[in-house]
Amino acid sequence: MARMKFLLDSDRCIECNACVTACKNEHEVPWGINRRRVVTLNDGRPGERSVSMACMHCTDAPCAAVCPVSCFYTTADAIVLHDKDLCIGCGYCFYACPFGAPQYPRVGNFGSRGKMDKCTYCAGGPQADNTAAEYTQYGANRIAEGKLPLCAEMCSTKALLAGDGDMIAQIYRERVQRRGYGAGAWGWRTAYREVVAI
Amino acid sequence: MRALLLALVLASAGVAAHAQTAPTPAPLGDRGQSAADEMELMRTLQGGRIEGRITIPNQQAATLIQPAGREWREYHNRTLAWVGGIAVLGMIAVLAVFFFSRGRIRLEGGPSGQTIQRFNIIERANHWMVASCFIILALSGLNLTFGRYLLLPLVGPESFTAVSQWGKYAHNFLSFPFALGLVVMFLLWVKEAIPNARDITWFRQGGGFIGNRHPEAARFNAGQKVIFWITILGGGAVAASGYFLIFPFAATDIAGMQLSHIIHSLLSVLMIAAMLAHIYLGSLGMENAIDAMSSGQVDLKWAKEHHSLWVEEEMGKAPKGAKHV
Repeated sequence: MARMKFLLDSDRCIECNACVTACKNEHEVPWGINRRRVVTLNDGRPGERSVSMACMHCTDAPCAAVCPVSCFYTTADAIVLHDKDLCIGCGYCFYACPFGAPQYPRVGNFGSRGKMDKCTYCAGGPQADNTAAEYTQYGANRIAEGKLPLCAEMCSTKALLAGDGDMIAQIYRERVQRRGYGAGAWGWRTAYREVVAI
Repeated sequence: MRALLLALVLASAGVAAHAQTAPTPAPLGDRGQSAADEMELMRTLQGGRIEGRITIPNQQAATLIQPAGREWREYHNRTLAWVGGIAVLGMIAVLAVFFFSRGRIRLEGGPSGQTIQRFNIIERANHWMVASCFIILALSGLNLTFGRYLLLPLVGPESFTAVSQWGKYAHNFLSFPFALGLVVMFLLWVKEAIPNARDITWFRQGGGFIGNRHPEAARFNAGQKVIFWITILGGGAVAASGYFLIFPFAATDIAGMQLSHIIHSLLSVLMIAAMLAHIYLGSLGMENAIDAMSSGQVDLKWAKEHHSLWVEEEMGKAPKGAKHV
């Protein structure tokens, strides 16, 4: 089985936010929730970089480790998913997540949290694949259709890569070797405890 | 940092000199800033966040990586579990040892038959409001830390989620009567709970738990004063930190939320341990003690033994203070 990862080549990202928009549209993500976002570092200064970030589907995922109801699971492709029927919206995964991936709809009293929502790597959830129930809760399941996450698929500069970790690391490596520079894979050290050695 | 930059500059200068002979690509990651993995490593070591600018309204999302989540995970999964487990189980063990060695503290020669009012209806009602809220808050709180390991395997995921979900609602809503009760409790009892010189004597004599002497005490003895201040100060801090958590990010950022949780949970498990001792002494540990908070009428002999100065004061206040039953 593949070990699915995201890889963002910040030397290519032009901060068009199309990945954010595509994600929201594909999964009909509610207002106020962004499964993916683009952060610009050193904005307007030398060394400006834009980084598109979502759930990185970590090795030894912190969200899963701290969840009081143990609602997370990892698929055979190493995609970290969660069961919204079990989530109680406590917010602990957001405290533990290094990437700020978990999002919560504001429902109920005290502006407290509803069931957590995050990037599913376009792999849906525990419901039967590509059912209406799965779509309502988690959005589209492109992985079950043999497709990759839409954000990476439609990225115009191919800054955002999704797929098997070894394959996308190889693509990035060849790219860096050809052009002669590369800032590295954002989040890899934190998420996968490894870096893309060129 | 400066040394690293210098090293990078020197390295690139070296490569540039070399490039005159053979066309070598520029050093990787050298476009005016350190590489992603280096920056991540450095921020992780410094405990700082990598932040930038974002165009969506949620400005918190401008934090790209927050390494502090790792420390919070370590605290939540290890430190809290150990401190909480040792505090709660340790206190139960201490109380069990105390019970089996010292036994129930009995009223020698039995009750006198005469009673005196110790707590009025407002004091008792407020006590039980705070107490019942505390028990549910404590159980639903402990469930968030230990339920996954203790209860989840027993009842299964669906039932456990139902319990935890209702526990969360109860935890949120009962925080309000709990906090209100703390304020009322403070106003009702603070005058008699201010520490004084007698408390030192009380502690020196072991509070009467060791040996058979009863150190004299006014309405509250030193031990009860300690429980009072643990409840007011500990409960107050737990409630305050809890309100930061109940209104997520209303007044603080991710670091503040993590800190609030740490204060809230750590003080809570310590308070649970203290309250276990309080519950034990008020019920099983000491004969006749429960009357003070149930009917409010305690046996006069018990009162004289445990709160001699208070009885004298009450007797002095009203000649018919002790009523016959």
